Amino acid sequence: MATDTRGLTTEPAVRVRNLHRSFTKDGGVLNGLDLDIAPGEFVALIGRSGTGKSTLLRALAGLDRDVAGHGRIQVPESVSVVFQDSRLLPWKRVLDNVIFGLRGADAADRGRKALAEVGLAGRERAWPYQLSGGEQQRASLARSLVREPQLLLADEPFGALDALTRIRMHALLRQLCEAHRPAVLLVTHDVDEAIVLADRVILLDAGVVDTDVRVELTNRSRSDAGFAELRTLLLDRLGVAADA
Amino acid sequence: MTATLHTAPVTVADTTDQRVVRRRLGPGHRIRFSFWFGPALALAIWSIGSATGLIKPAILSAPWDVVVAFQDQWVNHDLLGNILASLQRSLVGLTLGVVTGAVLAVISGLSRFGESLIDGPIQIKRSVPTLAIIPLFIAWFGIGEEMKVITIALISLVPIYIHTHNGLRSIDGKYAELAETIGINHGEFVRHVVLPGALPGFLLGMRFAVTSSLLGLVVVEHYNAVAGIGYMITLAEQYGQTDVIVVGLVIYGIFGYCADSAVRFTGRRVLAWRQTLEG
Repeated sequence: MATDTRGLTTEPAVRVRNLHRSFTKDGGVLNGLDLDIAPGEFVALIGRSGTGKSTLLRALAGLDRDVAGHGRIQVPESVSVVFQDSRLLPWKRVLDNVIFGLRGADAADRGRKALAEVGLAGRERAWPYQLSGGEQQRASLARSLVREPQLLLADEPFGALDALTRIRMHALLRQLCEAHRPAVLLVTHDVDEAIVLADRVILLDAGVVDTDVRVELTNRSRSDAGFAELRTLLLDRLGVAADA
Repeated sequence: MTATLHTAPVTVADTTDQRVVRRRLGPGHRIRFSFWFGPALALAIWSIGSATGLIKPAILSAPWDVVVAFQDQWVNHDLLGNILASLQRSLVGLTLGVVTGAVLAVISGLSRFGESLIDGPIQIKRSVPTLAIIPLFIAWFGIGEEMKVITIALISLVPIYIHTHNGLRSIDGKYAELAETIGINHGEFVRHVVLPGALPGFLLGMRFAVTSSLLGLVVVEHYNAVAGIGYMITLAEQYGQTDVIVVGLVIYGIFGYCADSAVRFTGRRVLAWRQTLEG
């Protein structure tokens, strides 16, 4: 159980116990996974392909009703998902996408504020196809944040972006998470991205937690010795030689 | 590490335009009034044919004779009344058919139970020519307006149903997934995701429905009509007036053409979010 700054024990935002999920009869994707995420904690989930990262995220998002399995999942009331593709509805203008499903008279104002926060002020009336890939993903971030989720689930949200846009998006995401403090579960296949962004990195293997490390770096630059050490450790656990 | 930083040179006004040119494979920019080129050409061929005597008046009246006949019908035989009667008939029938077709398509598209009830009968109805059902409708609804409107409604319902259903089912499943994570109810899902997503299909269906409703109109107006373009044609047929028949045909053609243009124009406006070759 996590402790907050005053040393008090707090209820975790996410609690997963003995989670099993399988797509075929013979092999499970998740095999009895346990996981706690504290409120406001940023967790990056890494692992080789097919180790159950997305399966776990989809289970937390409640998008796996047709998948066989059992276990216990507890998530906050307000959960928002950022997908790898922005999933902006092509027939809604950017602002309408951001406030899609939002209730209340001030929805449009909140939407405008969220768009300004992700640097898209002035693009409210644009159609999604008129935005670049990075802008679309920022709009989808705004759509998630405007709902003030207690849990933000992100499934490789920067996977389809170019390297430069990615770096900018990393800074933006950290900044937004510090301002809004949701618990975050970020699925990524990029070890560097995990270390740059997260408070804690969890490595899945064969459907259970293989490694669970806290990132306690004061300086998150790639040239930092601690960064390199953590990177080597994680790459090693992934079965990749760090300096190949 | 050495790095060379280049500052931007002072630019001089230079309007040289040298670029790589690629052959365009899409249809390119829209041409103004392009819509009317084809019809104008057809009219030109018809006029030249009639003027040179290649097209005999007994086969097809000359355009100018048709204009005279039009004037005669307008002044002496209440052509406007006939046009309005036909328009009203096809509009009422079309509206009924479009609304019913769209509602059935949404129900059958969103609910497996609805699909099992609705889709079969419509596919069966589709393979039975509507015109073959008319005798039965006359037995059921009599020979008056009711039978006419219902026939037109049924004939325009099918394309609306088929294309709306298809458009709805082609909506990417990932949008439904997104809607689920956003936590909206069924009504909001229909309004914000299903209807706009199915709109391109619906509009395509609309183009077919509009012309189908005119087809239905032509047929039903041959049964005991006392007003309408079909009635006018039937009369002209009895008296061997080809020019009046052509007046009727031209009016049907204008109806269809205007209605189709209206649907296409609406489509371009409401589908502004799409980036397609339509342009």
